[in-house]
Amino acid sequence: MSAYFIRLISALGRLVTSRLDRLGLAARFAGLLMVSLRIALGRLSLIFREVYFSGVRSLSIVAVSGLFVGMVLAVQGYEVLQRYGSAESLGVIVALSLVRELGPVVTALLFAGRASSAVTAEIGLMRATEQLAAMDMMAVDPISRVVAPRFLAAIFSMPFLAAIFSTAGVIGAWIIGVKLIGIDDGAFWSQMQANVDVRIDVLNGLVKSIVFGTSVGLISVFEGYFAAPTAEGIATATTRTVVISSLSVLLLDLLLTVMMFRGLS
Amino acid sequence: MTSFHESEMIALKDVCFSYADRPILNGIDLTIKRGEIIAIMGGSGGGKTTLLGLIAGRLKPQSGSVLVNGLEVPKLRQTELYGLRRKIGMLFQFGALFTDLNVFDNVAFPYREQTNLPEEMIRTLVLLKLEAVGLRGAKDLMPAELSGGMARRVALARAVALDPSVMLYDEPFTGLDPISVGIIGRLIKRLNRALGMTSVIVTHDLNETLRLVDRVVVLSQGKIHRDMAPEEIRSTDDPFIRQFADGLPDGPVPFHYPGRDYWSELMGQ
Repeated sequence: MSAYFIRLISALGRLVTSRLDRLGLAARFAGLLMVSLRIALGRLSLIFREVYFSGVRSLSIVAVSGLFVGMVLAVQGYEVLQRYGSAESLGVIVALSLVRELGPVVTALLFAGRASSAVTAEIGLMRATEQLAAMDMMAVDPISRVVAPRFLAAIFSMPFLAAIFSTAGVIGAWIIGVKLIGIDDGAFWSQMQANVDVRIDVLNGLVKSIVFGTSVGLISVFEGYFAAPTAEGIATATTRTVVISSLSVLLLDLLLTVMMFRGLS
Repeated sequence: MTSFHESEMIALKDVCFSYADRPILNGIDLTIKRGEIIAIMGGSGGGKTTLLGLIAGRLKPQSGSVLVNGLEVPKLRQTELYGLRRKIGMLFQFGALFTDLNVFDNVAFPYREQTNLPEEMIRTLVLLKLEAVGLRGAKDLMPAELSGGMARRVALARAVALDPSVMLYDEPFTGLDPISVGIIGRLIKRLNRALGMTSVIVTHDLNETLRLVDRVVVLSQGKIHRDMAPEEIRSTDDPFIRQFADGLPDGPVPFHYPGRDYWSELMGQ
């Protein structure tokens, strides 16, 4: 019994130590990345290239998802609102849900699955095929040249993608609510205009997107940079990116929501 | 202060290196003169590539000193190390070409990153380097469209782009057909002479290597087993070198990985 207990304790100790070790590595990597941002910002063409690959190429999935999410919100929202005779508030409910929560959160989750996983795989493969080592041997810092532009691209892309997601969602809700169900067009838009606040709703949503972009971007480049140089290593790193990014987005969303919206009403 | 002679380009003194608690190199003393071409040979996992990593400053020894062109490599800060690396070229085992850039852009990469040359001049220099490796006509191809030998030649053109004083080759002949091996071998010799470089070649290919090099250093069990002229390799009766040169499966390097007694394991004892 005591031997089993000791084995359990030592396994727990190893697990905690390895997690702390990884956290330390991530902190050191983040420090190096921050130092190299100045150099990376001086080469905007590299960042724009990555914005194209990560952001522009995610546009279709984000826009289509936003449209469907908005449509579903409209159907569900109408079912509840009509019971209380306030179906005209559908536009406000959908817009607030999208701008405050679903826009930034679902966009970040989609981005983690579509773009960040690809960034992890790309950097991991560059490491496995010694492309990063070759760059380092040519006196070119791989963190400034490869990692930082991809990280910045995630931060720049996320707010735009979230805005497009929310816009598509509102359009989807309008199609269902106004065109199919028959809610008054003027009431739909005017209530939305009157009740969605730029600072409280839109700006906070923007802040959330930037925080999620930073988190997802950092996780994807970190996992890729330290991926084991094998097929299994890259597959594991890609999976870790999606899982850790998704969980971090949900956790950060909870924290930010409490900070931003607690006691507003 | 480690002593260093002007005629020496690379000097390793009593270098020890280990990964975690697994010793790889143990008390290596090696001096390479300017303009020399030397081969580092030895069994797999014997520390040959580690030695290149130490010379290039990609690894730090636990003890001992590594001098390149008079600079103590492990003690250099990153900016100083990058300054030194501008004078060192390295050919990786499988070329390590950037897969998102075509042949021209791969060779142009060091010029664009390290110099302020106008694009016109970069174009001329890239074409000169590609002509030297016989691949000017392949400048628009992507790395995925190249054969193994062609990829290695493009990587060689990229590695010598900035006319380095030291060239490191990590198994340049691995996985190539005999024609490509001959081409790469001749290019190494020709470029070394034309650019006045010092070259270190880590390789298993005995036949091609002996035609190229001035010296052969054989590593075994983390130490320099022999440091000899190429012609001595064929005539020596050293059992380790004979096993290596003749490709014998068993000898000083055992065929079997150490394990329990065969009979007792079969019988489940």
